[in-house]
Formats: sequence, C-alpha cells, structure tokens
Amino acid sequence: MTFIRNPKDFWAGVLFIAFGLAAVIIARDYAMGTAGRMGPGYFPRGLGIIMIVLGLILSVRSFKLRGTPLQFGSFKPLLIVLGSIVVFAMAAPKLGLIVSTVLLIVLSSTASHEFRLKEALISSVALAAFTLAAFVYGLKLQLPTWPWFIQ
Amino acid sequence: MELISNLGIGFGVALTLQNLFYCFGGVLLGTLIGVLPGIGPVPTIAMLLPITYALPPVSALIMLAGIYYGAQYGGSTTAILVNLPGEASSVVTCLDGYQMARQGKAGKALAIAAIGSFIAGTFATLLVAAFAPPLAEVALKFGPAEYFSLMVLGLIAAVVLASGSLIKAIGMIVLGLLLGIIGTDVNSGLQRYSFGIAELSDGIGFVVVAMGLFGFAEIIVNLEHTEHREVFTNKVSGLMLKWSEFKEALPAILRGTGIGSVLGILPGGGALLGAFASYTVEKRIAKDPSRFGKGAIQGVAGPESANNAGAQTSFIPMLTLGIPPNAVMALMVGAMTIHSIQPGPQVMTSNPQLFWGLIVSMWIGNVMLVILNLPMIGIWVKLLQVPYRLLYPAILLFCCIGVYSIQNNVFDVYLTALFGVLGWLFVKLECEPAPLLLGFILGPMMEENLRRALLLSRGDWTVFATRPISAVMLGMAAILLLIIVAPSIRKKREEAFQEA
Repeated sequence: MTFIRNPKDFWAGVLFIAFGLAAVIIARDYAMGTAGRMGPGYFPRGLGIIMIVLGLILSVRSFKLRGTPLQFGSFKPLLIVLGSIVVFAMAAPKLGLIVSTVLLIVLSSTASHEFRLKEALISSVALAAFTLAAFVYGLKLQLPTWPWFIQ
Repeated sequence: MELISNLGIGFGVALTLQNLFYCFGGVLLGTLIGVLPGIGPVPTIAMLLPITYALPPVSALIMLAGIYYGAQYGGSTTAILVNLPGEASSVVTCLDGYQMARQGKAGKALAIAAIGSFIAGTFATLLVAAFAPPLAEVALKFGPAEYFSLMVLGLIAAVVLASGSLIKAIGMIVLGLLLGIIGTDVNSGLQRYSFGIAELSDGIGFVVVAMGLFGFAEIIVNLEHTEHREVFTNKVSGLMLKWSEFKEALPAILRGTGIGSVLGILPGGGALLGAFASYTVEKRIAKDPSRFGKGAIQGVAGPESANNAGAQTSFIPMLTLGIPPNAVMALMVGAMTIHSIQPGPQVMTSNPQLFWGLIVSMWIGNVMLVILNLPMIGIWVKLLQVPYRLLYPAILLFCCIGVYSIQNNVFDVYLTALFGVLGWLFVKLECEPAPLLLGFILGPMMEENLRRALLLSRGDWTVFATRPISAVMLGMAAILLLIIVAPSIRKKREEAFQEA
C-alpha cells in the first residue's frame, strides 16, 4: 500500500474510527435525552462521534503527509508475556499464588533472548519464597496461597 | 501568619511516628522500584498502590507521595549510570549524567542530582503551601459550567504541552473519556458498555489501565530490543563535590527550580517539561555550550532540580481543583477516590489534616531522599547489575499480584493483559498513553458537570460562553489550539523537543 504515506497515522486513525463506531453502535439503545435532560446515551454518543471525526482526519491526512514506516519486529515477546500472564490468571485461584508465581516466572523468562532455564528456575523459587514472605505473611493478602488439594 | 499555623498542622500530622514510617517506606520502595531500568513513576506507583489500600487515608497519600519522589530520583540514578531513562523526564539527565559517569564522575553526578532535587523540593513545597489555599478558594466558587470548561482547558493544555501529534493526543483523551464511562451510570442506573459482564458494572479500575498501558506494554517493547547496555557500576565513588563544583552548579539548580516550579503547575507539565526547558536554558546561557552533552555538571543540576520542582508543584492543580495535570497525578486522584476522598477545593477545608500533612510530608520526603540515597547508593548500584532477563519476570509478577489483590478477582488480571496489548499497539502507532489516562480519570467528572451545567441552563449551550470564568477558560483552550496549529510555532515546538 504505497499510497499511504504515513502508516502509523493511518492505522491510528483506523483504530480511532473503530473505537468511535463501537461506542456509537453499542450506545444506540441508551436513551439520548435532550441537552437539558441528558440521558445516559448523550455523552458517550457525542464522544464516539468526535472519535470517528478525529480518526477520519488522521487517516485521510496520512495519504498526504509523509511519516516513518510501521515496524513490528518479533511478535515473540508480546505472545509470551501475554501468555504467561493468562496462565497466571488461570492458575492463581485454583493452584494458589506460589505455584502460579513459579509458572509465571519460568514462562515469561523465555521471552528474553538471553533465556537460561536453570537461572529461570532458581529465580522462580526465590521469587515464590519472596511472594510467600512479603505478600502472604507480610501484607496478609487474602488470596489463595497453596493448591486447592493441599488446603 | 496563616501559612505558618497551617504548616504547623502539617508537621503535627507528618511527624507522627506512623506517618514518618510510611513516608520513609514510600521513599525507599519508590527508589527501589524506580531504579530498575525501564520503569518510570507511573508503573511504580500503580504497582505499589495496593500496599496502601489498608492504610488510613493520610498515611496512604503520604506514602504514595514518597513513592513518587523515590521513583523520580531512582529514575535519575538509572539515567546516569545506565543511560536508560525510566521515564521521559530523565531523558535529559542521560545526556550529561551518563557522560559524567563515563568520565568516572558518576558519584558527583548522583550527588549533584540529589542536592539539586532537595533544594528544588524545598522551594516547591513552600510554593505549594503558599499558593494552594488562595487557588482553592477561587475554585470553591466554580459551578458545573466552570468545572467543565476547566477540564476542557486542562486536557487541551496537557496535550499541547506534550510532544507528538496533536490529533492523536486528543483522540487518546476522548478514548480515555469513553473508557471512563464504562460501568453503571449514576443517574439512570443503566449499565453502559459493560457487555453484561458483572465485573465491569463498577467500571474499570484505573490501576488496571495504568498497569497495562505503562507497565506491561513497556516490558513487551523493551524485550523487542536486544542491544547490550553498559552499566557504570564499579566506578561510583567520590560522592563528595568540591566547593568549586558546587558553586558552578548552584545557579543552574536555582534556575532549574524556578523553571520547573512554574512549568509544573501547568497542565501536562509535571516533571517532564521543566527538565527539557531547563536543559535548553542552561545550554543557551552557558559560556561554552559545546560542553553540553559531554558531561557538563549544569546539564545534570538544572534538569534534575527542574523535574523535582515540577513533580512537586504539579500537586497544586490536583489538590486545589481536583484536576490531574499529568498521569502521575491522575493516579493520585484515583488513590484518593479509593479512600473515598473526592479531590477538589473542599479537601483543604474539610480535611486540613490530610491536606497540610501531605504538603509537609513532601518536604520530609525530600529530606529522606537525600539521607537515604547518598549513603545507600551502593545498594542501588547493585540492583542495577541485575540483568533485565531476571528483572522483568519479577516486575510482571508484582504487577499481576497487585492487580489480582485489588478485588481478589483474576478478571482484572485478564483486563490488564488486554490493556497491555492496547498499550503495545499504541507504542507501535506512536500514540502517547498519558492523555488516555487523564481522560479516563476525568471522564465521569466531565460528564456529570456537563449534565449539571446544561440542566441548570435548561439545555442552553451558550451557558459556557456567557459565564465569564467559563468563557475565559474555553477561550484560552481555543487559543492554545490555534497557536499549536499555526505552522510557525509548530515548527518551533518540534525544534524544542528535538533539541532536548
């Protein structure tokens, strides 16, 4: 797509338009009211429209103004970091903080290009101990600590 | 002397053993996290915020303020020793601070940064104490129309003074306002944008937004870079400055303090703008500008003083008007609401203990920074030697546990991950996340004031133009926008950001 001269602006514009459209479409059932008696739909719909207008300006302008190309590089860090957070969130309520800490640390460590398994394992045990000392005993967070079958 | 009696109240609150402890704890923890490369004050505060939930409101705010200064100063340490700014306002410190470190003068750079910050902090605290009460008094007379216009002005000024594309920044504000609407509408009881999800009926927590956009996104982006970093850790010695060096730096400290204090009050200013402006000024008036960028002590002293002064005076609009001028203050507003304090002009009269206690503890926090940081610099340096591959999983962990513990619900963790993706996308598209956070915090307030203003005027929009204070504020916002759109000034602005 060579006619887009500023891809960062173009896609930011598209993103804004998408958010604006979503805001307006979802709010279609919210009562609009009048300016003097604003309903719950008044403000969000107004914002949605502003969002769409701003997005349009950005996208259209990107055909004219030159910008730097959009660069993504490796998706590995994004996927691994997100994946490990999701694993933590799934594990924490059932398996408890200690096990999920170990899982999160070992999994997320693999996102680094300097990953070393042994180091990650040691660090996960150390941090699990820290979690136990600081969060469970120190701050007394009321979160499940151990797996459900131990308690 | 009302000021002195007020400060007396403040000292009475801040000097209790309990609050001194939390102030100290805040400064210590803030420095500890802030010194870690790649973590600025916003994720630091968001990460440590859950610790303060159980505290009484005054202690919680004192601790948070301490965390903020600590994080700010920790960021400077990292900038000097690793050439890696944790946040935008330390970028300037990198320029000459890192060069000083390369010349074996890291100790001196750290010392002058601490001394400069202390002098600036003392002055700015007095400024806050002197100016907050009259401003709050004016603000008490504001009606909903004035408040709405003030928020418009604040948001516009915040994006005009920030770097980057104006339209994108305004878009980010509007997106933030929209996200702030999610949840139950206070007037109709209607669930808006909650998709039938029970967890969304109270709205999205601001910690979730801040942690995702600033914490997670930052880590992901950092991991994409693979270049090696050079850390000057064994060369930190000789913290003592020569008298001649101090004399050389003092004028820069004083100028930085003045510039930072003034720019900190402006919306969008905070620590960042002052640091940039101070560096530019120091370079301009120096007898030999070529020394800058090669380890000039003024290039560290000025911006460091300015960013600390600005960090402090940015409390003024937050405390008196309830309007956060930057992302850090947005977090403070959120923290206050958690303790069911509605920030605004009434805080000073309804809760003088909290107000003056917080102001005095700002100064005490600065004293602690100096006492804490200069002798403990060795420990911070050790911390810097921890490689990033060990560091970021730990940061992720603290973020996850922090978010999880807010409501004992993993839904917030998933949501934070989602904001992490969004934040990563914003970095790629060069959209600044700070305006979004401002909009997010102000969203509900803005809707409510707009609704009330129009209710009082029976739907007449001209109320914003006919009420004089409101008209002046909207006029100022319009002028700001016009100025920035004018091509000649736009060029100057770009140059200013380029240069620094």
